[in-house]
Amino acid sequence: MKIAVCVKQVPDSWAEKKLNASTKLIDRESVDAVLNDLDEYAVESALQIVEANGGAEAGHSVTLISMGPERATEALRKGLSMGADDAVLVSDGALAGSDALATSLILAKVIQRINPDLILCGTESTDARMSVIPSMLSERLELPQLSFAGEVNVSADQVSIKRVTDEGVDSMSSPMPVIVSVIEKINEPRYPSFKGIMAAKKKTIEVLSLADLGVSASEVGGSGAWSLVNDFNEQAARSAGVKVMDEGAGGNALSEFLAEKRLA
Amino acid sequence: MSTFVFIDHIDGAITKTAGELLTIARRAGEVTAVLVGTPGDGIKASAAINSFGANKIIAIEDSTINDHPSALVAQGLADLLLEKGATTLLIPSTARGKEIAARVAVRTNSGIITDAVDVTADSIATQSIFGGSAVVHSKVSKGIAIITVRPNSVEPESNPSTCEVEVLSPKLTPTKVLISNREPAKRGGRPELTEAAIVVSGGRGTNGDFAPVEALADLLGAAVGASRAATDAGWYPHSHQVGQTGKTVSPSLYIACGISGAIQHRAGMQTSKVIVAINKDPEAPIFEVTDFGVVGDLFAVLPQAISAIAARKG
Repeated sequence: MKIAVCVKQVPDSWAEKKLNASTKLIDRESVDAVLNDLDEYAVESALQIVEANGGAEAGHSVTLISMGPERATEALRKGLSMGADDAVLVSDGALAGSDALATSLILAKVIQRINPDLILCGTESTDARMSVIPSMLSERLELPQLSFAGEVNVSADQVSIKRVTDEGVDSMSSPMPVIVSVIEKINEPRYPSFKGIMAAKKKTIEVLSLADLGVSASEVGGSGAWSLVNDFNEQAARSAGVKVMDEGAGGNALSEFLAEKRLA
Repeated sequence: MSTFVFIDHIDGAITKTAGELLTIARRAGEVTAVLVGTPGDGIKASAAINSFGANKIIAIEDSTINDHPSALVAQGLADLLLEKGATTLLIPSTARGKEIAARVAVRTNSGIITDAVDVTADSIATQSIFGGSAVVHSKVSKGIAIITVRPNSVEPESNPSTCEVEVLSPKLTPTKVLISNREPAKRGGRPELTEAAIVVSGGRGTNGDFAPVEALADLLGAAVGASRAATDAGWYPHSHQVGQTGKTVSPSLYIACGISGAIQHRAGMQTSKVIVAINKDPEAPIFEVTDFGVVGDLFAVLPQAISAIAARKG
């Protein structure tokens, strides 16, 4: 079984983010770039599925797929050091400013090229937070989708999940190939071991250009975008209001504040 | 302009987002409300949709629709939009809404903007990003403008109309996904987190005891949220997590109890209209964004606040 995991390098989710005034895109230079937190759960799921089914000896493998600047190889190394076998990065200057439709187009081309049995994704990236890529891949590849999985089980050529959303918990299944997105809480992503980090340095990251995928530059990037930012403005930071020390009447003070604001 | 609104509903009972989206859509002129459900859902929902106002109500009905989370809904919806020449589609920015929107975008080769907090008459979407630190105005440049709108973005306004429901039963191609069991979420009478007008959240400071947080929430008719620390510790279900990697909420009132307010959490609640916090640590970063903060133990402050509010309410 071949598993592909779609991952993204994002600005550290614990850092303050900004937009770049001229490109109107996220300023990725000024903050640390990391493997998207939510993608780590997908990588961990892939590794656990391989381990539960006999491991690499049984012919199972995990390939990471990403699109981004060359520096995104750092995020891929993290996934490789966790235990993924190899990675494919689509990197091309013409991709700058690509929106979700372009990203899903590129990822779909890579998936078609490597032809996996199972495609795993996180639910969203912590930078754009659109949460649309897994569904877009399902449409573009005409493959079934199992989303918001809080539990994944693979047996023979069937994948079953528990879909966990606000609406409840649904038990669902689909034959492979299938696209599965996993939520946080499905597992506890492992920390790369020293051995894993050393091994990752020798693993292959294949870098592809648009030409390699047969995609023209006009279909993607800022020029091919399906949506555009008109303008943006930074908001003044919220200013701190009243702060009272609780010396026995803090709860009453809170109640009075809410009454004054007609909130309670 | 031909604006379509995707009406979210449960068995024909429309959710709060329907009124909000119809209110926004009316600014652009003609509005078509579209509901996708099982046979009979359209008729059940029509009175409620008409109370907010639409120029047309279309129900796409299929007896198997609930067996397929998003794919079939998107199929029916995309075909309708193309056939009717829609220029804009508004969808609630919920987990399911975004899935449907993403699919419709690919099916109709259209641009998509998610998490809008407002949409103008000419379909320019306003987004509040990075926890409210920037406001962005964007426009779809190809195809239908597919815009998902965050719950609670506007106050729904009634504007009665008297549309009959046009029921369509197109042939939809089923997917290979099978649903073998459903366990609908138990709401316990509390509103849905992202739709609630008031949210009371608990964090590390609760030490796992959410009883006072829940008691205040119930008194105020609020939803209960939790910080990542609290959900990571297993004190509260993951689905209640507010923050960068959880839900984004924007209620009229947000009360953070025992939450320090790391950027991870603030990114999910900073656009709330009024923010109140209770925390033992006077230096907690949450106090940088609060309108009213109490430095103290939530186990002392909350019970007192609860009895004071209850006393005033009589």
